[in-house]
Amino acid sequence: MTAGQSHAPLTGAAPAAAATSADEGTPPSSAHPGGSLGRSSDRRHLQTGPSNWLLVPALSFFGVFALLPLAGVVVLSFFAWDGLGTPQFAGLTAWFQVFQDPVTLNAMWLTLLMTVLSYAVQFPLSLLLGVFMAGHQRYREVFSVLYFLPLLFSAAATGIAFKALLDPNFGISRAFGLDFLSQDWLGSPNFAFYTLIMVISWSFVPFHSLLYQAGVRQIPTSMYEAATLDGAGRVRQFFNVTLPQLKYTIVTSSTLMLVGSLTYFDLVFILTGGGPGNATRILPLDMYLTGFRSYQMGPASVIAVILVAVGLTLSLILNRVSGADRMESQMEGA
Amino acid sequence: MMQPTRRATLAGLGLAIPSLAVLSACGGGTQPSGGGGSPSSLSVWALTGAKQDTYQASFDAWDEANPDNPFAVEFFANDSYKEKIRTAIGSGNSPTLVFNWAGGTLADYVANDAVVDLSGKVDDVLSRTIESIGMVGQVDGAQYGVPNNDTQPVILYYNTALFEEHAVTPPTTWAELMTAVETFSAAGITPLSLAGQSIWPELMYIQYLTDRIGGEGVFQKIIAGEADAWSDPAITSALEAIIELKDAGAFGNAFGSVAADAGADAALVHTGQAAMLLQGSWVYGTFKQDAPDFVAEGNLGFLNFPAKDGGAGDPANVVGNPANYWSVSAAAEPEIQELAIRYLNEFNLNQDMVENFLAMGAIPAVAGLEESFGGLDDEAFLSFAYDMVLNAPHFQLSWDQALAPAPAQELLNNLSRIFLGEIQPEEFVTSMNATLSA
Repeated sequence: MTAGQSHAPLTGAAPAAAATSADEGTPPSSAHPGGSLGRSSDRRHLQTGPSNWLLVPALSFFGVFALLPLAGVVVLSFFAWDGLGTPQFAGLTAWFQVFQDPVTLNAMWLTLLMTVLSYAVQFPLSLLLGVFMAGHQRYREVFSVLYFLPLLFSAAATGIAFKALLDPNFGISRAFGLDFLSQDWLGSPNFAFYTLIMVISWSFVPFHSLLYQAGVRQIPTSMYEAATLDGAGRVRQFFNVTLPQLKYTIVTSSTLMLVGSLTYFDLVFILTGGGPGNATRILPLDMYLTGFRSYQMGPASVIAVILVAVGLTLSLILNRVSGADRMESQMEGA
Repeated sequence: MMQPTRRATLAGLGLAIPSLAVLSACGGGTQPSGGGGSPSSLSVWALTGAKQDTYQASFDAWDEANPDNPFAVEFFANDSYKEKIRTAIGSGNSPTLVFNWAGGTLADYVANDAVVDLSGKVDDVLSRTIESIGMVGQVDGAQYGVPNNDTQPVILYYNTALFEEHAVTPPTTWAELMTAVETFSAAGITPLSLAGQSIWPELMYIQYLTDRIGGEGVFQKIIAGEADAWSDPAITSALEAIIELKDAGAFGNAFGSVAADAGADAALVHTGQAAMLLQGSWVYGTFKQDAPDFVAEGNLGFLNFPAKDGGAGDPANVVGNPANYWSVSAAAEPEIQELAIRYLNEFNLNQDMVENFLAMGAIPAVAGLEESFGGLDDEAFLSFAYDMVLNAPHFQLSWDQALAPAPAQELLNNLSRIFLGEIQPEEFVTSMNATLSA
């Protein structure tokens, strides 16, 4: 950072604009470090800005299609309902049932495992790919296009294609006559879960690489020039310039990865349907199967409420811990 | 500094809710879906697949004869239909004619007054159908459903070329089956193709084995909800027989990846990778479609499930789906109900529909067809399956259809774990007994 500060005159206009816009809208009461400087201009700007009424369409959509069903699910979690007839009030029965059901408890464990493992695979891969894609190497564009491809396929298409490729009887192993590929990838309780993590990573890494690529492109070259002058090598530059500058990209991408992994459904549903046995029955799938196969809407709603609560808590914690809630500019004085 | 700001909360909501809202909307499932039936006009939902054209032709015939009251017809894939119809009925948006599998689900509909009692009103169509199959549409002695398509017994298909090549007798007893399993296993051929990923094909084994060992009464006690009905020794013996098959390598080592909906289990048989397949009669259509030469050259053999030595069950008993059924929605207005009942009596399973089913190799649930098979492409299969159904002292409805949805899911889950070797019969019995009191 010291390198960046010594080159202040080179800063472009765009980062400076980003810095001010990040300050706008901060409540005057907040203990923002730069608050005393910008307060008077903030207030003036708020009054001349677009009317808050413009929020109404977006908020009403959000209310009708997100908050209202959410409230409905919370209410339904206290009822016994099989999808037919009238829901019967059942108090906490469904809640006790869910927390005593070994299948659901196993699903919670699998979801945790999937969140941690898929993050551990996706984060380094997408960060490194993103940095690579932002560089100027030969054939970079060709590689970038290839890395980008999985993002273009729908989850259903990806699922069906991988299911066919991984089939031990008709799949890729037979096409190439390679015995080590002829595993029961999706049908064996030992492999299925890890196979899923690989397929999920394959589908989502491109998106996060794209975020990191954009993030790296935002870093002023002046910082790298200064780092070079100070004698920092490539690795040193990555850890001391690139990584700190990507802080908010990392927060955004991590939040999407972690909260997203709570909601993986389509790929798992198509690839394994929760099987073999319960080996890949993660929480969202458990919710679906409980609700729409067993028609136990009460317990299914309980699982949905748990998912919402965990997802919200997780993203709030991530925001707090990372300091992203303050969203201050990384380039002040740059 | 550490106080969460409004922005933090909003940022959290903004990131988390869009993804979660989708899920919570699913969890509720209370929204009536579009395309639902109106109580004041005729509507029907049926399944996509080979029989779709036959249904469409039948409703077209009705529309032609009754231009003032045409049917609004929609087709859905099997799984999405099952989810959609329940929500539609629960919210009073059911189509006039409700396609169903009888059993536990129909009993649920009846308990919620969602379908009307057809007793005495559908005698015309019942006089055409096979009596025992028509009776499956009854709940507590009253007729709530009438058969609407073909009868679907579960059959043991086998690759005759592989049996000749390895000099194996097509198995009619358990001992012959085990010999066949050993011979094919040693030759590197999967003895029994099993779509383990779909799980429900695994039911066919426990259904037949329980019936052969303990007779049809064992499952009748379970359906009646008798306490500890799953503790019947026939259930444990059937599970042990499944484990014996599995340990002998009967299903190969990759059955967990095979899915039935893509016809992969049939493909293993007609490509010569597997010798036998225990599946419903509908798979004959898959064979014909995917491997027409294989069927035309007579390479596909069919058998009833082998007898088990010392078993109490009649080896002529059959399991499967006796048929699918039409019920009439109670939400429809009385005159619309009358029209629907007229359709059932005059058009359902009439001569045209029977001929269409026969042409595709399906056996309509209609009595007196013995003479109709002569000269058809699929004469051998049709007369085999028709005789099998007519001669069966008992036709057991598939357990996952006969049971209510929640115990049925518990059954599929536990059974798949038996096939994977994750649990032993005792644990299966304990888990299933727990569903009886619930």
